Amino acid sequence: MPGTGWKKASEYKILGKPQTRLDGPIKATGAAKYAYDVMLPGLLYGRVFRSKHANAIIKSIDTSAAERIPGVKAVVVTAKPGDRIAFAGQELGALCATNSDIAEDAIRAIKVVYDVQPHATQIAAAMRPNAPSVHPNRPNLPAPNTREQGNVEEGFHSAKAIHEGTYTVSNWAHLCLETHGATCHWDDDNHLTCWASTQGVFSVRDGLAGHFRIPADNVHVITEVMGGGFGSKFGADYAITRAAELAKKTGAPVKLLLTRKEEHLSTGNAQGAVSTLKMGADADGTLVAVDSHTVAHGGIIPYTIPAFPFVYRAKSSRATQGSVFTNTGPSAAWRAPGFPQSSFIMESAMDDLATKLGMDPLEFRLKNDPNPIRQAEWKEGARLIDWSRRNPKPGQGTLAGTGRFKRGLGCGAATWGGKGGGGSRCDVTINNDGTVKAEIGVQDIGTGTRTYVGAIVAEELGLPREAVTVGIGHSTMGPGAASGGSVTTGSTAPPVKRAAEAARQELLEAVAGKVGGSADDLELADGKVVSKSDPSKSMSFKQACSYLPAAGIKAAGKFDESLTQGGVAGAQFAEVEVDTLTGHVKVIKVVSLQDGGAVVLNPLTYTSQMNGGIVQGIGMALLEQNVVCQLTGRMLNANMEEYKAPGPMEMPEFVCVPFENPTATGVSGIGEPPVIPTAAAIRNAILNATGAHVNESPMTAYRVLDALAAAKRGA
Amino acid sequence: MSDDRHDPEMENVSRRDFLRGLGTGAATAAALATSSTAPPAEAKEPDIPPARGKRLKGTVRVTLNINGENKTADVEPRTTLLNTLRERLDMTGAKKICDRGSCGGCTVMADGKPVYSCMMLAVDAQGKKITTVEGLGSPEHMSPVQEAFVEHDALMCGFCTPGFVVSISALLQKNPNPTLDQVKAACTGNTCRCGTYPRVFEAALAAANKMRGGV
Repeated sequence: MPGTGWKKASEYKILGKPQTRLDGPIKATGAAKYAYDVMLPGLLYGRVFRSKHANAIIKSIDTSAAERIPGVKAVVVTAKPGDRIAFAGQELGALCATNSDIAEDAIRAIKVVYDVQPHATQIAAAMRPNAPSVHPNRPNLPAPNTREQGNVEEGFHSAKAIHEGTYTVSNWAHLCLETHGATCHWDDDNHLTCWASTQGVFSVRDGLAGHFRIPADNVHVITEVMGGGFGSKFGADYAITRAAELAKKTGAPVKLLLTRKEEHLSTGNAQGAVSTLKMGADADGTLVAVDSHTVAHGGIIPYTIPAFPFVYRAKSSRATQGSVFTNTGPSAAWRAPGFPQSSFIMESAMDDLATKLGMDPLEFRLKNDPNPIRQAEWKEGARLIDWSRRNPKPGQGTLAGTGRFKRGLGCGAATWGGKGGGGSRCDVTINNDGTVKAEIGVQDIGTGTRTYVGAIVAEELGLPREAVTVGIGHSTMGPGAASGGSVTTGSTAPPVKRAAEAARQELLEAVAGKVGGSADDLELADGKVVSKSDPSKSMSFKQACSYLPAAGIKAAGKFDESLTQGGVAGAQFAEVEVDTLTGHVKVIKVVSLQDGGAVVLNPLTYTSQMNGGIVQGIGMALLEQNVVCQLTGRMLNANMEEYKAPGPMEMPEFVCVPFENPTATGVSGIGEPPVIPTAAAIRNAILNATGAHVNESPMTAYRVLDALAAAKRGA
Repeated sequence: MSDDRHDPEMENVSRRDFLRGLGTGAATAAALATSSTAPPAEAKEPDIPPARGKRLKGTVRVTLNINGENKTADVEPRTTLLNTLRERLDMTGAKKICDRGSCGGCTVMADGKPVYSCMMLAVDAQGKKITTVEGLGSPEHMSPVQEAFVEHDALMCGFCTPGFVVSISALLQKNPNPTLDQVKAACTGNTCRCGTYPRVFEAALAAANKMRGGV
């Protein structure tokens, strides 16, 4: 019997209603075991040692003093004489010792001799003529690409208003609270168990299996909980691989998790970008031309951001995009990679052009936004924030007032995919004692995956949530998707649903004779097997299961594309208060609307993701940047007191609305979309409050003061 | 340093001795390699001195009162309470996130006051009543604060959660009827990257209400 589609929330008993997390109790009581927490007899503590220079050639690495320290058990060196180092903090090798204090002593005893080269750690330094080469024999600024659609020169010619501006987004960090790494243990020469802090259980399995040339089945990766990844934890990365190597070398379990400083230096960052945008609109506000030149910044690797126009439609466009290298740590995918950056740049230019046109920035967006769902989200969001309160001219209105503290409103759009993909398998077991288990090897990175796995199975089997035991996060279970691109829900919910449906069908067929009637006439509801045509014929789920053979039922479910869809849209509005004396910006309220898909499986965890995206967006908007010194080549804020992340005092009022999409038939992910437009909405709210165009993120107090001064000068 | 010349314990110690003393910690610790990484052992090396006195060197045995129980661990004088909990005592509720007093992930209570366990030496934690998140409740028997965190989804990846639970619990022990601003101030020393803050505030106020007898 083929499976069915999703119902509406009102038709479900469990799904579509707030459910507390299955792993809530272990997290709230400190019982949850992360990779960082695993303890085993004879455990050794690993550390990575790194280059202190931003650009250098290795001449020698001497680990002998470290190896002589009592308690140091093994050293693995991955860099060799002649190797080129390209950023301060680049990995050279790893070691392990009987406790973390001794491991720290050992790191300090490593002696490296470098042939130090000139470095370029700031973009301006890298872009100068005769700048030091970040990579030998490669230009720091490779030739860019250009894409054109229509004729921008004609477009500008016909435009009523033209705006040109340069907008900058600084690199910022993932700041995963659990650092990168793993605890590894070899059961024998060919069998490895790895508790990994990862967003992709199977990506780590395959990476380790390949590295050690052993069958994938011989590698058991375990990630039942993990402390944050935000895009930076996929595959058998440096820390995980060294943990496994050291464990093999010593025959002992090794826990290697990076220190906070290392997280900042080497595990990735959100790429920065500088874009010059020239945009033209005609008299009724239609975008006729968008011409952009963007240089993105990914440290030592090339990176890009989505091209312009971003989200909005323009009659013609030309986008030139390139990358600049610097001797700083490599970028890694950061929640909606490149989209928050392009949003900040595009939405800033949109408001700036709307100002020139003398047009309401929201009306300007409605005019140029091709997405019908977001058209509805804009209108509802405007109602929720009461857009009519906004200052009719930037810096002039009731919200702005005449005093030191000025308020204003701004908005921005979100767009994302979020559709699931195939390859996963869920197994549902119904035992003849009435117990039910659902297993799938996917990880729960804090989004609530574990919880909806259980909820879907309970719903399909007509059971309360407590009746279903959920297993996730082991590579010995059915394959699960990697948690990236917000594809987890769309990739995981379908196989779970199909597995539960298949298990239900098998159960009904097995017990139809006992209840009376055929399997087609039976359903599972309220903990019972019930005849649809004659409800007096029923028995408890538990009793029905007692008729199963000893082996019970085991049913598998695979991906079904009809149960998922992408094309998520969203909109955010922000109200800010700017202290024009200090430049400090306080976010008063954020209204966020996001597509719900066919049904929001768990509105509680869904809205937590929205809150979380907004919090990270506030960080990007006002606080977060990697600060690297050109003189020394070192990162200056590789710690959590000088890298500023949002805290309790930065919190606004949150209004988060899962927006119903009545035509949707599939579920979508929500992890990434809510972080995309927050910084843009805040930037535009600052503009509305004060008339100041803050064109660089994070919009720290000194940048806001500079922009206020420029606005005063009439710049 | 000049005061040391008048300290009876320092009288016969040269600077060379003092500095050398710092280095023997590693040597003695090595001899304890197996016992220091095993789960809490019953039999410890008999000649490890207790961690008492003004000058400590090498490996010392600390006795800590944790969640009402006395536990011993062999550590170096420089070993933090956090490392002692996590590496010697298999109490991994308190997390190592920044290890330098910036993020609150390692928060425990010392005599009811929230402190960063990464900023307290194990030797200094002696004589204090230490409460960790594990001491506040278990998954089967959660405290009202822990229950409220689950109920209000004040946790996502959960890595910062023990620190917040301890900070909020300490607040409510001292101030059973806090305002929202007081709740925020009580956890300004805790960082969350997933963005649970608004729900932490809700959970704190709900727990406070429940503990005062409200519904």
